[in-house]
Amino acid sequence: MAIESNGKKTEFSVMIPDVKFTKLFINGNFVDSVSGKTFETIDPRTGDPIARIAEGDTEDVDLAVKAAREAFDNGPWPRLPGQGRRRLMMKLADLIEQNVEEIAALEALEAGKLYSLLKNMDIPAAAETLRYYAGAADKIHGETLKMSRDLQGYTLCEPIGVVGVIIPWNYPCNLMFIKFAPALAAGCTVVVKPSEETSLSALFCAHLVKEAGFPDGVFNVVPGYGHTAGAAISSHMDIDKVTFTGSTKVGRLVMVAAAKSNLKPVSLELGGKNPLIVCDDADVETAATIVLLGSLWNKGELCVSSSRILIQEGIYEELSKKLVEKAQKWVVGDPFDPRTQQGPQVNQVQFDKILSYIELGKAEGATLLTGGKRCSERGFYIEPTIFTDVQDHMRIAKEEIFGPVISLMKFKTIEEAIKRANATTYGLAAGILTKDLNIANTVSRSIRAGSIWINCYAVFDRDCPYGGYKMSGFGRDLGMKALDQYLQVKAVVTPLYNSPWL
Amino acid sequence: MAAESNGNGTLESYLKLPQIKFTKLFINGQFVDSVSGRTFETIDPRTGEVIANIAEGDKKDVDLAVQAARDAFDHGPWPRLPGVERRKILMKFADLIDEHTEELAKLDAIDAGKLVHLAKIMEIPEAAETLRYYAGAADKIHGETLKMSRELQGYTLHEPMGVVGHIIPWNFPSTMFTMKVGPALAAGCTMIVKPAEQTPLSALYYAHLAKLAGIPDGVLNVVTGFGHTAGAALSSHMDVDMISFTGSTEVGRLVMQAAATSNLKPVCLELGGKSPFMIFDDADVDKVAELALQGSYFNKGEICVAGSRVFVQEGIYVKFLIKLKEKVKNWVVGDPFEPTSHYGPQVDKKQYERVLSYIEKGKKEGATLFHGGKALDRKGYYIEPTIFIDVTDDMTIAKEEIFGPVMSIFKFKTVEEVIKRANASKYGLAAGVMTNDLNIANTVSRSIRAGAIWMNCYFAFDRDSPYGGYKMSGFGRDLGMDGLKKYLQVKSVVTPIYNSPWL
Repeated sequence: MAIESNGKKTEFSVMIPDVKFTKLFINGNFVDSVSGKTFETIDPRTGDPIARIAEGDTEDVDLAVKAAREAFDNGPWPRLPGQGRRRLMMKLADLIEQNVEEIAALEALEAGKLYSLLKNMDIPAAAETLRYYAGAADKIHGETLKMSRDLQGYTLCEPIGVVGVIIPWNYPCNLMFIKFAPALAAGCTVVVKPSEETSLSALFCAHLVKEAGFPDGVFNVVPGYGHTAGAAISSHMDIDKVTFTGSTKVGRLVMVAAAKSNLKPVSLELGGKNPLIVCDDADVETAATIVLLGSLWNKGELCVSSSRILIQEGIYEELSKKLVEKAQKWVVGDPFDPRTQQGPQVNQVQFDKILSYIELGKAEGATLLTGGKRCSERGFYIEPTIFTDVQDHMRIAKEEIFGPVISLMKFKTIEEAIKRANATTYGLAAGILTKDLNIANTVSRSIRAGSIWINCYAVFDRDCPYGGYKMSGFGRDLGMKALDQYLQVKAVVTPLYNSPWL
Repeated sequence: MAAESNGNGTLESYLKLPQIKFTKLFINGQFVDSVSGRTFETIDPRTGEVIANIAEGDKKDVDLAVQAARDAFDHGPWPRLPGVERRKILMKFADLIDEHTEELAKLDAIDAGKLVHLAKIMEIPEAAETLRYYAGAADKIHGETLKMSRELQGYTLHEPMGVVGHIIPWNFPSTMFTMKVGPALAAGCTMIVKPAEQTPLSALYYAHLAKLAGIPDGVLNVVTGFGHTAGAALSSHMDVDMISFTGSTEVGRLVMQAAATSNLKPVCLELGGKSPFMIFDDADVDKVAELALQGSYFNKGEICVAGSRVFVQEGIYVKFLIKLKEKVKNWVVGDPFEPTSHYGPQVDKKQYERVLSYIEKGKKEGATLFHGGKALDRKGYYIEPTIFIDVTDDMTIAKEEIFGPVMSIFKFKTVEEVIKRANASKYGLAAGVMTNDLNIANTVSRSIRAGAIWMNCYFAFDRDSPYGGYKMSGFGRDLGMDGLKKYLQVKSVVTPIYNSPWL
């Protein structure tokens, strides 16, 4: 049975810091919102407020865009050689590492994410992402072209300009860095709208940006709500590009707003209902570990979470048993407790939504093997939940739940598994567990999804592009591909005379 | 005064109407009537008369076409062929185009008022060459192996996107057709082409040639019809994976919104422009006057990259105007079948009236009419080459895309000034820079926010050179190897490795 948090912070020897930065960061300064309004950010361990944050709206976005536009059109940032941008980005990465504990604590506090994981993995990974793109800044190449007559042609890859970054609450720092690092390396300036659930780490990083010595206006943060500040960014006439990670529903609004305003290009990373296919020849113990991690990682608040487990019939019973065994030992508790494997869901809305999907699963006829209930009186804790006998037509098999709910489904043949895995409007990721080379190759080519994990799951790497097929979105983050989003390709052509070759 | 067609060849010209062989929708390898049975007229802009009745596709027809394309992609041979096999078929397709150049040139002439002789020696052969370019790319589509930061093997696969919708405009029916269809076919996609309602004829002919070339049923479908019906059905279809659109900014917005509210399909948009043509003091007046005229009047100004804002540095201003006046007199506006014509009629009545109304606006807002300004006194939608001078940046004719043979001339003093004024447009498609000074050339080419910069040349398109817009001229690139990107999906495949001797 899951161990609950007993609420005493000091027991885990973690200092929960004072919240130092709660204002908008525009043009190098922390300022109140134009309206003077603020909003609360909540601690999901208790439902209690942590702090009040300045609430940005259209006018604040206007000021941020003005600063970013000035910094791009007239400031030093795009005019620095790549190594100049690299130097500052490396400095920022160092400052992030020097402040890892504070950033990790802020994020654990706001998002219910595991403190030790943030400190040892997530935040250092964000710093590494920054370093990856810092190292790319002086390697952005265009091409000379093979013209079909006496012409010299080449392409220049220019920074696209002012970039709007709209990020969700499940990986606040990581997703912010994944977006703004390539944008900055390319020479762009940015306006970030963090999720209203998780503004604190973004604002702390803004402070570090200033400390690192970035020119004013290059990096701006406007906390606030999606339908106000987010909408203002999507529909702004002077933003050149918007990159969005979040729900499919809001992704639509962002794209429509971009189309109606200045036809800015958008890239969207949306939801998923990702299949993890386990073949008969997989090792049960290893498979059980991978399945649980794929489904319960970050309390299931992961767009690539493996929410449909397709298990071949030969291994079905054994694996189901092992999964239940492990799930029942899963430690749900205070994210500051180093023993905890799963913290609280991010807020009341998500909490209620997940519980209602669990009820739905039961009503639709799936069999509940373990879990299914909230864990404690206070806070948004939910037991790891496993359903079996899940049918493809059930809503819990089709809709993204975004919580610690695993659906087990049985299959006979690989062809069947492929067909069922692809029968979704989403296409973000998929996993296949097998030792067989041919099955691995066939399945990896046949699943219509942007990331295929063979004998592993949710494995991200900086050089590895990540993004969706179908209604999971378009555009790629991570890898050198991500730079494309923040660059414009310009062709320059001049006639030639007396060229000794063509 | 523009020399008009002298009428000697007029009767013969009208009699040169080619036989219209293909007027039905091309779906799943067959020419079929529209589900509704409706047809629409396609008009000859030389006369305003009806050429033929074409099947009018609507939502139900688009559904059938998408079904065919989906089946061809999910189960058919096309994406499963190795690149070399797709190459062979595309090369055959190109050869067939070359064998039917004359007929295709005539179809575009009567449909869009485009010059027959130019189509025969340039446009149609170039369209075939574009197919060959992408045919040669089909077996060279590379993903990458990745540099993972721990013991993992990672690589990307570039997979065909799936079922693609192409919505193409009326100004370059043949060029646009192969520019879109070429890379999409090479990538292994299947598609539905919705040609502009003004210019369905060559598209349907290409469909016929595609079938002869051996393109399997369902891989290439053509649904003729209107934008607000067939085009909208394609943009909002739940089973189309991507839309590639070239057309007006206004319709581009609708396409993107429809994509967003339906299945969130990615879109690429090539929209309008108000491209600056900048002439510096040291330019060769004779050469640039010729280029400037081409820049505004090529294809009767119905070209998105028209250099419609001509900025002339003050030192060369008077000389330039004199040269311009001299040369424009040689421009013959006449029947597109006449080899002496420099350009033919505007594509249809709507465009014709629109251009004339912009000319009136120019006069009303205080620009000086330097040359032309009137419609030709003959049947059809012919307009004189028109030049306005003393145009100020805030005038309508300086800001809005006219899409007709109207040039606006502006005077400037310094390089910094012209860069600023050139960039002060919501568009960003192309720009011309006329100078022999190396430093001016480099500074200006880097400072203008536009996708194509032509130095001492204009309309220098080439198959290996990516083409597309900045700002409200759109996003995404056609041509070049970049042109393939939008028809490919990037998939990452990651596996743990053991005992690798390097990382």
